[in-house]
Amino acid sequence: MGKLDGKVAVITGGARGQGRAHALTLAREGADIVICDIAAQIDTVPYPMATPADLEETVRLVEDLDRRCVAVQADVRDGAQMQAVAERAMSEFGRIDILLANAGIFSFAGGGGSWEMTDEQWRDMIDVNLTGVWQSCKAVIPHMIAGGRGGSIVITSSTAGLHGFANFAHYVSAKHGVVGLMRTLAIELAPHNIRVNTVHPTSVRTPMVMNEATRRLFGGGQDISQEQFFEIMQSMNALPVGAVEPEDISNAILWLVSDDARYVTGVTLPVDAGFGVK
Amino acid sequence: MGKLDGKVAVITGGARGQGRSHAVTLAREGADIVVCDIAAQIASVPFPMGTIEQLQETVQLVEDLDRRCVAVQADVRDAAQVKAVVDRALSEFGKVDILLANAGIGSFSSVVDMTDEQWDDVINTNLKGVFNAMRAVLPHMIERRSGRIVATSSMAGRVGMPNIAHYAAAKWGVIGLVKSVALEVAQYGITVNAVCPTTVNTDMIHNEATYKLFRPDLENPTAEDALAAFSGLNVLPIPWVEAQDISNAILFLVSDDARYITGTAVEVAAGMNARTAA
Repeated sequence: MGKLDGKVAVITGGARGQGRAHALTLAREGADIVICDIAAQIDTVPYPMATPADLEETVRLVEDLDRRCVAVQADVRDGAQMQAVAERAMSEFGRIDILLANAGIFSFAGGGGSWEMTDEQWRDMIDVNLTGVWQSCKAVIPHMIAGGRGGSIVITSSTAGLHGFANFAHYVSAKHGVVGLMRTLAIELAPHNIRVNTVHPTSVRTPMVMNEATRRLFGGGQDISQEQFFEIMQSMNALPVGAVEPEDISNAILWLVSDDARYVTGVTLPVDAGFGVK
Repeated sequence: MGKLDGKVAVITGGARGQGRSHAVTLAREGADIVVCDIAAQIASVPFPMGTIEQLQETVQLVEDLDRRCVAVQADVRDAAQVKAVVDRALSEFGKVDILLANAGIGSFSSVVDMTDEQWDDVINTNLKGVFNAMRAVLPHMIERRSGRIVATSSMAGRVGMPNIAHYAAAKWGVIGLVKSVALEVAQYGITVNAVCPTTVNTDMIHNEATYKLFRPDLENPTAEDALAAFSGLNVLPIPWVEAQDISNAILFLVSDDARYITGTAVEVAAGMNARTAA
């Protein structure tokens, strides 16, 4: 008997990293899964993004747990594509109980301050990390309301959703923005027993962080070793860890979407190794 | 296999209400329990407080789950008494893995009319009592480089509330204490967090003094009179949460699933928190 038996979860950005970990964690607790991912490169993103093969691998891993998994290649920036993801979930499973608005990208101003970022960098970031979250919610919420069974939405924000960081004002703005969106949706959806919360990870050990571009950002322009990279990340956290595992975020999300958290809504939950108090 | 097999938890304010619920919840997951309670009346508190009989009943409920439970009558305002509770835990069980600093009282008055006694009793129980408990367990936890502390704050620790300024001051204070201690002990892998409940369905609210706080317009308000006022605080359409809801959040925080969550204040507050900035 899993905590999510009979439930259906839609997870954006499910091809790899945190999204994949969430898919497996929820599946392990009995949920069937619908994942989507752009599974393609966005020009302003300085590291390789996920591929269709990654998306298929997540499907395979969920099916290994004896749960169903439907994958859709979709760009969260596109409302019509997100509507199609939600409709696919409804036609395959007849219900949506959980939405994890997890899809996200990262980039940063090269060398100068955030005001020296290009319009394209700014636009892509807001479009994916803020508007994409809104499009995901917009597509799923009507189905959740119509289902009459309540629901749970968790949006992946960041330490950057609660604190400022140099070099990536667009990421910080988007991650702060989803907190405002979450608080409003929590108020609007409460009468429907749909709960909405955000999680705020510190650095997570996934391809979004573990790449040369991000190492160079932390290394002040130089590529640095894995050890130095982890040391620098660890110095930002309070607990003696550099990057948390994607499963640490999944565990927090699992609690939030389960009945154990039936009256938890509108919260910003840091899973940040104490970054926020340092 | 419970999530807390082999663990030992010290819980203050365990005679009834939230403390009792935490004792039973942690025991159900495999922990052995040490509970303490003043089990006596404090004169400035306008409702009946927990009793020795109730403390003994908590012991019985834990033992019914085939776990050990040791009860100590202790006033958290007195550092020596709190230390004696921890010493007793160490002598009975050899270790303490978890501290729930839950003991709390309330009374009601505008600041202008508040007596020194009302102020002192609430600050000494709800804030100093938490400090006393932390200070008593931390040397042991630091030596073992392991531990989990959760202090019970409140939504009154996130917003202002008229007629309970001392309670709000103490509950805001608990969060400052939690965040600071989290920084001090992070290097040892010890996590320290606060939970912030909205109104909880326990004896602490089901009394005429609390009903009068919520319905100052009525001479002798009943629970039903106060219901709408309680509900008005929350965003989800409920007047209060159950003690079990707080226990569920605490269980998550003290388990390995939350190993990297520290220095946070988790609101289990039916969305009241969505309206605030904190």
